[in-house]
Amino acid sequence: MRVNFTVNGRPQEADDVWEGESLLYVLRERLGLPGSKNACEQGECGSCTVRLDGVPVCSCLVAAGQVEGREVVTVEGLAEFAKEREAHSGCASGACGTSIDEAKRWEAKPAQDSQTGEGVELSPIQQAFIDAGAVQCGFCTPGLLVAADEMLERNPSPTDADIREALSGNLCRCTGYEKILDAVRLAAARQGEAV
Amino acid sequence: MDFLRPASWEEALAAKAEHPTAVPIAGGTDVMVEINFDHRRPEYLLDLNRIELLREWEVGEANVRLGASVPYTQIMENLRTELPGLALASHTVASPQIRNRGGVGGNLGTASPAGDAHPALLAAGAEVEVESVRGNRFIPIDEFYTGVKRNALQPDELIKTVHIKKADGPQQYSKVGTRNAMVIAVCAFGLALHPETRTVRTGIGSAAPTPIRAKEAEAFLNAALEEGGFWDNGKIITPSIAKQFADLCSAAANPIDDVRGTAKYRRHAVGIMARRQLGWTWEQYRGAGRTLEGAA
Ligand SMILES: Cc1cc2nc3c(=O)[nH]c(=O)nc-3n(C[C@H](O)[C@H](O)[C@H](O)COP(=O)(O)OP(=O)(O)OC[C@H]3O[C@@H](n4cnc5c(N)ncnc54)[C@H](O)[C@@H]3O)c2cc1C
Ligand code: FES
Ligand code: FES
Repeated sequence: MRVNFTVNGRPQEADDVWEGESLLYVLRERLGLPGSKNACEQGECGSCTVRLDGVPVCSCLVAAGQVEGREVVTVEGLAEFAKEREAHSGCASGACGTSIDEAKRWEAKPAQDSQTGEGVELSPIQQAFIDAGAVQCGFCTPGLLVAADEMLERNPSPTDADIREALSGNLCRCTGYEKILDAVRLAAARQGEAV
Repeated sequence: MDFLRPASWEEALAAKAEHPTAVPIAGGTDVMVEINFDHRRPEYLLDLNRIELLREWEVGEANVRLGASVPYTQIMENLRTELPGLALASHTVASPQIRNRGGVGGNLGTASPAGDAHPALLAAGAEVEVESVRGNRFIPIDEFYTGVKRNALQPDELIKTVHIKKADGPQQYSKVGTRNAMVIAVCAFGLALHPETRTVRTGIGSAAPTPIRAKEAEAFLNAALEEGGFWDNGKIITPSIAKQFADLCSAAANPIDDVRGTAKYRRHAVGIMARRQLGWTWEQYRGAGRTLEGAA
């Protein structure tokens, strides 16, 4: 079957999709987006976490046919997604809005690719993972980034308990999690400073 | 395999009537695991994600009408007051990613004895509204579970709404597992006080072939509370009553030994959870739940 949906802001069409195929398989094997990882295929590890209409889900447990017409954000599009969010946020009063400069930058972005994530400045959460040393083998990282980024969007000043809860569906076999917690705290602190 | 994507409830019922072997898929958190691991190759998958009414809930006078596909996250966030037991149980399911997709309809569809919604539904009191092209019917929750991973659905029926009694008193839910997240219950227990009818209801998970109520324990406790005037005087339940209740809950369990725990441990743990939850809920009832006029 054919599945039409939006990935990282771009319409995509996947052909010859087997009816029992997962969204994860479509992303990795049909759309060339290997950022979302495949470790367990049973919802246990979270390395395949993506956002489906904004909601973090295990893409290995979503049937491809279920995403028809819907929007998916993967780790490849995270930087771009975070940028847009920043551009559109903090303007509840209507007083700020996008500056002319910013608007220009948004129109011309030939070097940026929301598909591969190349050429795009890292999102704050990605930068924080690097700065805090939260990445070892990196296999768990994409899923953690998507989950952590979504939590910070909902909850800009999380407690440690909030962070643990939000990341409880993501396993890491390398870091022992401490550095990951550091990274999320760092991203939250930087987010706080920026406001 | 064919992927059926009905746009409306009527279309879904028609599709299920035409293809009774079609496997409905809601959050997919049970179905997709089976497909990924080749445990299941259904001829038809029947996607329910497009059906708006399954994702809606409504708080009525006496009941909450919970659409079959309302994800656990929504229950936790929006129905904590009306359905405290189910909200607590929802919070123990797996992880945020799973709770964002999975819901009570899927839990009932799978009907695993370890499903976390079941003890909460049994304790609160609920009816499952199922429908087919032939019409709809209400299945009392006590009659819904018919065997290990078997339920009372007919091949052409779909679960539409779960009608759950709104809490009229404190409710609790706990489960035993090796850690907080991503744990299938070794065993689980739910308890609800119903001051309006002066009854207590229970639900036991993972300790029998199906989720069950501890009916003898309930009957004993209801009689003991009535006899001692506890609902009115709000006194602390005596340890001997609490113990007898816990023992009867243990006795109601009919567990097996498996990788997650032994039968003996499960029976023991059910009793402990029963006693603690009775203590917690009763304290809450004595405190905020009622006015202690003239009580010592
Ligand atoms: C990693 C992981 C951890 C888990 N942990 C827990 C846990 O802690 N506690 C727990 O209780 N469960 C757990 N589960 C199991 C699962 O998440 C739950 O059973 C969940 O409630 C299923 O809901 P769903 O919408 O995803 O169901 P689906 O997978 O879509 O469907 C499940 C079954 O119900 C049927 N079905 C779904 N909707 C309907 C309907 N409207 N009418 C008729 N039949 C229907 C399907 O055909 C299927 O047989 C876990 C699963 C995973 C992958
Ligand atoms: S691959 Fe999806 S949760 Fe592990
Ligand atoms: S860094 Fe290796 S699994 Fe997390």
